[in-house]
Amino acid sequence: MPPDDSPSAATATSGQRVRSSKLTRPDLLEMYRVMALSRTLDERVWLLNRQGKAAIVAAAQGHEAAQIACVFATDPSRDHYLIYYRELTTLLAVGLTPLDLLKGFLSKEGEPMSGGRQFPTHGACRNVDLFSFSNVVGTQLPQAAGVALADKMRGEPNVTVVYFGDGAASQGDCHEAMNFAGIHRLPIIFFCENNRYAISVPLSKQMAVENIAARAAGYGFPGVTLDGTDPIGVYEAVYAAAERARNGGGPTLIEVMVERLFPHTSDDDHTRYRSAEDLRQMRSRDPLPTFEAQLRKAGILDDATHDRIWSEAKRLVNEATEEAEAAPYPQVDQFTRHVFAES
Amino acid sequence: MAVMTVLEAVRQAMLEEMRRDSRVFVMGEDIGARGGVFLATDGFLQEFGEQRVIDTPLAESSIAGIAIGAAVNGMRPIAEIEFADFVWPAMNQIVGEASRIRYGTNGNKFAPLVVRMPYGGGVRGGLYHSQTIDVVFAHQPGLIVIAPCTPYDAKGLLKAAIRADDPVVFLEHKRTYRLVRGEVPEEEYILPIGKADIKRAGSDMTVVSYGLMVHYCLEAARKLSDEGVEAEVVDLRTLAPVDRETFLESVRRTSKAMVVYEDNRTYGIGAEIAATIAQDAFHDLDAPVVRLAGPDVPAMAFAPPFEAEFMLSPEKIAAAMRDLAAY
Repeated sequence: MPPDDSPSAATATSGQRVRSSKLTRPDLLEMYRVMALSRTLDERVWLLNRQGKAAIVAAAQGHEAAQIACVFATDPSRDHYLIYYRELTTLLAVGLTPLDLLKGFLSKEGEPMSGGRQFPTHGACRNVDLFSFSNVVGTQLPQAAGVALADKMRGEPNVTVVYFGDGAASQGDCHEAMNFAGIHRLPIIFFCENNRYAISVPLSKQMAVENIAARAAGYGFPGVTLDGTDPIGVYEAVYAAAERARNGGGPTLIEVMVERLFPHTSDDDHTRYRSAEDLRQMRSRDPLPTFEAQLRKAGILDDATHDRIWSEAKRLVNEATEEAEAAPYPQVDQFTRHVFAES
Repeated sequence: MAVMTVLEAVRQAMLEEMRRDSRVFVMGEDIGARGGVFLATDGFLQEFGEQRVIDTPLAESSIAGIAIGAAVNGMRPIAEIEFADFVWPAMNQIVGEASRIRYGTNGNKFAPLVVRMPYGGGVRGGLYHSQTIDVVFAHQPGLIVIAPCTPYDAKGLLKAAIRADDPVVFLEHKRTYRLVRGEVPEEEYILPIGKADIKRAGSDMTVVSYGLMVHYCLEAARKLSDEGVEAEVVDLRTLAPVDRETFLESVRRTSKAMVVYEDNRTYGIGAEIAATIAQDAFHDLDAPVVRLAGPDVPAMAFAPPFEAEFMLSPEKIAAAMRDLAAY
């Protein structure tokens, strides 16, 4: 491997990376690095939950490939991301640090997204336009249409990516948002991470059609269903959708089929509603070993790089855990602030 | 000064703000070619075009949700809900989302949208075109709730609402739209949000109200004046954050208090006003605080006698004033 192929320390937010329809070898290695960091952090926060230190965790494990691909195919320096609660990889990809996120999981002072008011990973970032707000599922969809509308009114060629799960697709807000986005040809990507379960309710009880993407036809824009464990395929689809959106081509619905490798949250037990066979098949679709094998086969990842990536991830997460655990809780006098504008 | 209706004042406020600031736009059902069902946006489509005058699908939740998103992304949307009675599908976006954006992001984001809605009864509107829904918004911290009753207040407060950096629910009593006329200055003015206004001075009792009921209270006060009783009428104008000081100061002078509101009585705005007076002006009171409001039926019924029974009137208010004066 030539030396300039080594993974850069920069994340997708650096703005240095030139986006094109094809991923480069450093891109692929960087995507793998963020996925490994996300997996390491995800495992850590579950541990902290089981130790009674983190009140609630919603794992992104199984969704990492789709999430990293979507950020890589768009531009965090100008695009808008309205995410939901299962987006740890997305948050790392746009530039949040393990320490930022661990402070959220432990509700510690200096948590950057909501100052400790919200559940972990909720609130908004300052440096990147990432907004992760409600637990009333699906409310972000019309809000995202509004974000995209504002860009369109000002003639700014930015893309809004709105993330949601299969559960949210049943909400009226989902229909209303897609309908409006279609009418106004808004620069928006509806990014549906379909893990086939709305907590415990399987797809067969959520919809009578096979794919959520099929609904796009009813709104007058394209919809595709992709394997969400394949980051390259997802990257190419999101890149094409973003280019079209920037050029006035309107919305796209991208449905990625992913696996939810853990229960809905740390308060759920998926063995109550998923069969042993279902769980076995689910584990066979973990995107990390698949992507790793792909990179090794292409000669992009060797043992030394692999070990360096994982040991670096562990070091970062260890250091961040230590610092977050040592941090104080937010001051109580802060919690009455920001009800209204402060003059 | 020009004399105009409440409706014309609302229209002019939006017109002036849209001319002044390209971030301001209007969206809602039938607001384009139709000019709004009450004509509040009459002529807007011709002047500003489809980009800034957006006829939306019939889908209230997304009207509010899209306005939130546009506001968070730097615009100043004015969303119209055709009738306040139709706001329920949007309630989650307004009460559950807009109110909490600044708070839930630790001030990283804010949503400066205005949601206008015509409300109120006395127009033969039946169950679904008569509702007074103010209290559900006023109970939610993070929302500014304004309910003017004169053309002067409507224009000055709507302009303030559009310029405010927080979400505003702007309630326009539809019976005042064409019924109430008043003077409005030619030159630009902005009224302060969160300030009540004493619409009539008096020394014998304080009557706190807002919306159409202010006009009924003023009429009742004129009748009582002939009988030697002078009622002071306080118009709240902003329901949240409420200006407690103005009505408390008035009650301390008059020693008697009445709250008049069109909504059904239980858990209404009157409960908050009466409780505040009981708590903070108890030693100044010469009589129990009176709540005069609608009956606790689910909504205003259609038949004329039903509607008349639900609605307060200057006569009903005058009778209650007499009782309070005699206490």
